[in-house]
Amino acid sequence: MGKKVLVVEDSSTMRSLIVTTVEDILGFEAVEVKNGIEALKALPTQSFDLIITDINMPNINGLEVVKFVKENPRYKAIPMIIVSTEQGEKEIQKGLALGASEYVTKPFHPDNLKKVIHKVMN
Amino acid sequence: MATKKQDMLLKDFMIEAEEIIETVDQSLFSMDAEKRSESGISPNTIHSLFRAIHTLKGTAGMVGLIPVSNLSHRMEDLLDKLRLGKLEFDDSLFDLLTEASDMLRNMLQNYSSPGKKTIDPQPMIQRIDDRLLNKTDSGGKDPLRGGISPDILKTFTEYETFRLQDNQKKGLGIYEMRVHYKLETFDLELVKTLDQIKPYGEVITSLPVTGLSPDAGIMFKIIVASKENLPQLEVEWVGEKIEFSRIGGLPTRTASDSGPANAASFGGASQDENSETVKSVTQTVRVDITKLDALMNIVGELVLNKSVIQQLGRSLMEKNSYSDLNLDFQKALESISRKISELQDNLVQVRMTPVGQIFDRLVRMVRKISRELDKPVNVHISGEETSLDKSMIEAIADPLMHLIRNAIDHGLESKEERLAAGKTESGNLNLRATQKGNNVLIEVEDDGQGIELQAVYQKAIEKNLADPKKEYSPKDLINFIFLPGFSTSKAVTDLSGRGVGLDVVAKNIAKLSGMVNVETDPGRGSKFSITLPITLIIIRALIVEIGQETYAIPLNSVSESLIVAKSDVKSIDQRDVIQLRDQTLPLVRLEELYQKSLSIRREDSIYVIVVGSAEKRIGLIVDDVIGQQEIVIKSLGNILGTLPGIAGACELGNRKTILVLDVAMLIEEVLKKKAVHG
Repeated sequence: MGKKVLVVEDSSTMRSLIVTTVEDILGFEAVEVKNGIEALKALPTQSFDLIITDINMPNINGLEVVKFVKENPRYKAIPMIIVSTEQGEKEIQKGLALGASEYVTKPFHPDNLKKVIHKVMN
Repeated sequence: MATKKQDMLLKDFMIEAEEIIETVDQSLFSMDAEKRSESGISPNTIHSLFRAIHTLKGTAGMVGLIPVSNLSHRMEDLLDKLRLGKLEFDDSLFDLLTEASDMLRNMLQNYSSPGKKTIDPQPMIQRIDDRLLNKTDSGGKDPLRGGISPDILKTFTEYETFRLQDNQKKGLGIYEMRVHYKLETFDLELVKTLDQIKPYGEVITSLPVTGLSPDAGIMFKIIVASKENLPQLEVEWVGEKIEFSRIGGLPTRTASDSGPANAASFGGASQDENSETVKSVTQTVRVDITKLDALMNIVGELVLNKSVIQQLGRSLMEKNSYSDLNLDFQKALESISRKISELQDNLVQVRMTPVGQIFDRLVRMVRKISRELDKPVNVHISGEETSLDKSMIEAIADPLMHLIRNAIDHGLESKEERLAAGKTESGNLNLRATQKGNNVLIEVEDDGQGIELQAVYQKAIEKNLADPKKEYSPKDLINFIFLPGFSTSKAVTDLSGRGVGLDVVAKNIAKLSGMVNVETDPGRGSKFSITLPITLIIIRALIVEIGQETYAIPLNSVSESLIVAKSDVKSIDQRDVIQLRDQTLPLVRLEELYQKSLSIRREDSIYVIVVGSAEKRIGLIVDDVIGQQEIVIKSLGNILGTLPGIAGACELGNRKTILVLDVAMLIEEVLKKKAVHG
């Protein structure tokens, strides 16, 4: 069964890298959005098996996306992976506290992301 | 294939990286200006700079450009301290960051042109590290005041937390605004609300809150720092049901004691139009320039086809001008011609970029050079909104940089010399752009010592470029500076003496079908003027016949055409010349340059097309002038590309391919011969 992954990331290069990993390496379907608002917009329209989100984004940051998903009975079962930098350690901790399952620090190797995705989805 | 994906990813990255560095430069520039302004540096500017470098760091690492990633990583550390208020943005920090940004740009450029050496960022990283170590963190943070719920703080990023503290420290009220939206339209409406708030305060973040039932829509808590009493402002807020509560900061003032006019004073944040909104992201499309080139070529072909059909139309008109069918045809033809012209104009517009983009970079360079040489310079910029084709802008940056370097290094005197000459201590540099019809004129003018013609003459003799027995007019003399191997600087300095002379500048400008001219007033300064066509893709040309061949001459380089009586042609030093007003104009036959057999028509008068501008003009002898036409220049490739004086080829409407003359290069060629032969 094809899995569907929501990718929330504002840098286009980073986004296409995540999407490449998700689609080409794992064979899942990726839905890409550029920020938190678009993510909230996308959530009710289709059902996702995984959400991968950046943290530093304007208006609605990634932590808020995590909180929103985890507090919503409809979405809270969807596992979430945070993508952030090493400096964002405090933010990663906050994200995990809010209910994200795992994190990856940038820059990452696609294999590493792949491993984390496998871990989260099984 | 993975490699193809990789290539595409790298290409994406290069496009994004270029834009990022543009943002970095702009932000640094704004910060430098804001620093001096009353309201100080806007947190938005610092933040956008931080985010730009942050993104570059991450993405460069992902595509394997580790040195770029390492350097931006250190810059990010520096900017992180800056945005969290732990470091001050002074002149030396500005310099350090601009130099680092220049290095990033060079690294990326070298990376995209294989064969170029890689740049080691280590020395720069070391300098940043030194700076980071120098400054100890300026103490702990202020504890949060007021009743901001820990639940909200859970989702704050470090930066958002800092903004909250900073605003509280400044005495602003912190409000929580709860707005309900319909599920279908919340994205657009939220952005509208955020835009509405901006004049009154800084939006720190907006938190989505899950609605109670699916019909309840979605609620957002928007956290705003404001001087105003937000709940009492008479604003028709976008959104369904809105509630306000004050969650921090000093006691509320009444709305009357500070109107929205004061809004600009809190950190400038409120007025910043550049702050990120979803709107601006979705209204811009990034396109690879090669795709636009391809589109432009198609339009070029269309333009050519149009002229074929127009010609057919004219023949039809002559045959049976008043038949209904013919009149309808003419009408339809006129309409489609108009649409094609519109298409062409619009496409040209899409490719246009304001020259201000490179002016910013150049001004930064001026600041740097002026400090290095201890020559204070005031830069005066005008016409930065003038637009040029994107590829043109990129190509003109280096020649301009060279001219500016020259102007500061050789043109402007030292502080002492200036004072002694009765000038202001600071030199003045004017950087002007103006649009003149289908051309753009860019001028670099300094009020320095000017160019000493005697020194130019001596040098030209030394270098065997001038004939000591010959008299040269000032105009002739000044043109020597554009010849290869010429340089008047006595000592090779670090700045200008890079083994590249003005000849290269002239050649690069000629490649763009442009011209460079110099005027100098000894003791008062010099002015270099560059004339460029706004786009190189479709240009108007004069179609002429020379011998058996047809050629196109770009119209922007034609100053006039004359019919000259044979008797007016004089011969000086085995060269044909005519007297045109106060100037002696050398005449050239293309056949001479290409050593083809001469097929001169022996008639009483000849056609002369005067090309070039001001002092650098020659007369091209042509046999016939066919007319003006829009042409699309195509490159000849490497083999024929070396033919002197040929810019490329173009197709005429009748499927005939003809050569397009590169006038600037032709002039160089002729003046060079003239100089050598004397």
